[in-house]
Amino acid sequence: MLLQGNEAVAEGALRAGCRFFAGYPITPATEISEVLSVRLPKTDGTFIQMEDEIASLGAVIGASLTGVKSMTATSGPGFSLMQENLGLAIIAEVPCVIVNVMRGGPSTGLPTFPAQGDVMQARWGTHGDHPIIVLSASTVRECYDMTIQAFNLSEKFRTPVVLLIDEVVGHMREKMALDDEEKIEIINRVRPTMPPEWYIPYEDTPSGVSPMANFGEGYRYHVTGLTHDVRGFPTSRPDEIGPFISRLHRKISSHFSEIQIAEFFKTEDAEITIVAYGCVARSAKRAVIEAREKGLKVGLLKLSTLWPFMRTAVEKALQTSKILIVPEMNMGQISREVKRVNRGVARVITLNKVDGTIITPMEILNRIQEVVS
Amino acid sequence: MADRYEIRLGGSGGQGIILMGIILAEAIGIYDHQFVAQTQSYGPEARGGSSKSEVIVSEEEIDYPKAMKPDLLLVMNQKSCDDFFPDLKPEGLLIVDSTFVTQVPQPRAFQIPFTRIAREKFKREMVANIVALGALSQLTPIVSSKAIESAVLARVPKGTEKLNRDALKAGMAAAKRAKKEWLKVEIPPEIPKEDLLDSY
Repeated sequence: MLLQGNEAVAEGALRAGCRFFAGYPITPATEISEVLSVRLPKTDGTFIQMEDEIASLGAVIGASLTGVKSMTATSGPGFSLMQENLGLAIIAEVPCVIVNVMRGGPSTGLPTFPAQGDVMQARWGTHGDHPIIVLSASTVRECYDMTIQAFNLSEKFRTPVVLLIDEVVGHMREKMALDDEEKIEIINRVRPTMPPEWYIPYEDTPSGVSPMANFGEGYRYHVTGLTHDVRGFPTSRPDEIGPFISRLHRKISSHFSEIQIAEFFKTEDAEITIVAYGCVARSAKRAVIEAREKGLKVGLLKLSTLWPFMRTAVEKALQTSKILIVPEMNMGQISREVKRVNRGVARVITLNKVDGTIITPMEILNRIQEVVS
Repeated sequence: MADRYEIRLGGSGGQGIILMGIILAEAIGIYDHQFVAQTQSYGPEARGGSSKSEVIVSEEEIDYPKAMKPDLLLVMNQKSCDDFFPDLKPEGLLIVDSTFVTQVPQPRAFQIPFTRIAREKFKREMVANIVALGALSQLTPIVSSKAIESAVLARVPKGTEKLNRDALKAGMAAAKRAKKEWLKVEIPPEIPKEDLLDSY
């Protein structure tokens, strides 16, 4: 099957069990809603085109509260509008998936051209001190796999998960075989086993994730954007606020290793490691192959999880490498994190491009050669 | 980079450049069983802007998905010919729609009036891209005739199969003749009679 990255996202969502999509069309993410608008009604699912992106995420949160795996898809301008409800999903602990197919910005920017400018927005776009999981993909197959992964993590940790892809990957077509279907693990949210009258919706547990009841099934609880107590009602007591916010962070940070997805390519003896993600990771891979042909010991660390930032993966690269090169289609967003983890151990060299075109293997190779000489 | 064969298709928005890329990628990837990656680049306009579609073919998994030095360049208007010709490999293959490309930068180029064939033979300018695909399949061994036909028929809207098959065959016939003459199928004043015949 020849599939587009966006189509693979839609297929992955269906495979993960997504049965509700609400969205507003936007280039370059529209194909995700196009496919789901046809496929969801045929699988007992619901597709709604909303009036805007604010309402889209609102509808997704509502649907997810009733127990249906839900998602939306957008690009930068729509993602900006979703920030408010993204915060609501985080504080109310509502699992959902938000796909952002990145285009050039700011504002309406470059609708049909790629960029990677929303990495920090995905992390910090909504206000307050919040945890978030952000994944990325660089192939059509990964669009499928990472969408499933996004749903799994969101269900497991009761949190919104953002999948950041870019115009190149979203619109790219590659061959994809769906032949290992039975091997794919699907995770569903933990539901309460106690009778409704014993249910405490935001009770702490060892993992930090409370069981989630479907709205309308007798488990009555309060959902609010205000900081709340274990029953979901607003609280201003420091002894309740502190543990609640800490638990939100703990449920992600204490499962850090389960959220880390990275790929190492020829890094065993690499003196120079390129740290890349999304479409740029593909250019970087080609650059590594060509650099190796020239006898240079170069490797690639491809980040599939962007947030929480993969400190340990970068530290592993630092064991062999004295130089890290971070090519990005922005002015340096992940490179800041790499520098933070690096703490002066190696030289961190950026390669930034913001002209609406993908960084080419030649540009990375040139940077490698500049650094070597 | 012997393991990659890079194809770039260029024209203006509305000529079906992206669909051409998809069909070509499907033919090579699904029916001819190679690795393919198809990408595209276009402006925000639905019609009239620049449109580019690229197909990378390899026996191995493809990393960089865009063309660096195309082995084959097919252009459907003068602007994309001017823009993209400098990127073409020196030994690369250039195919132009001679309806719109009148200044050809390379004497070895295949010049075939895809749009005129579509317009005058089928009364449908919109099949020019399918005519071009037919020609492309004869001018390079990268895709088989059988694969391109299966891919075209699988992609086009129901009810237009005959029109598209005929357009494809017309392109193939025009390319075979062009190959025989090596140089060019004359553009104005007349389309060669054979291009307007119903038998191939």
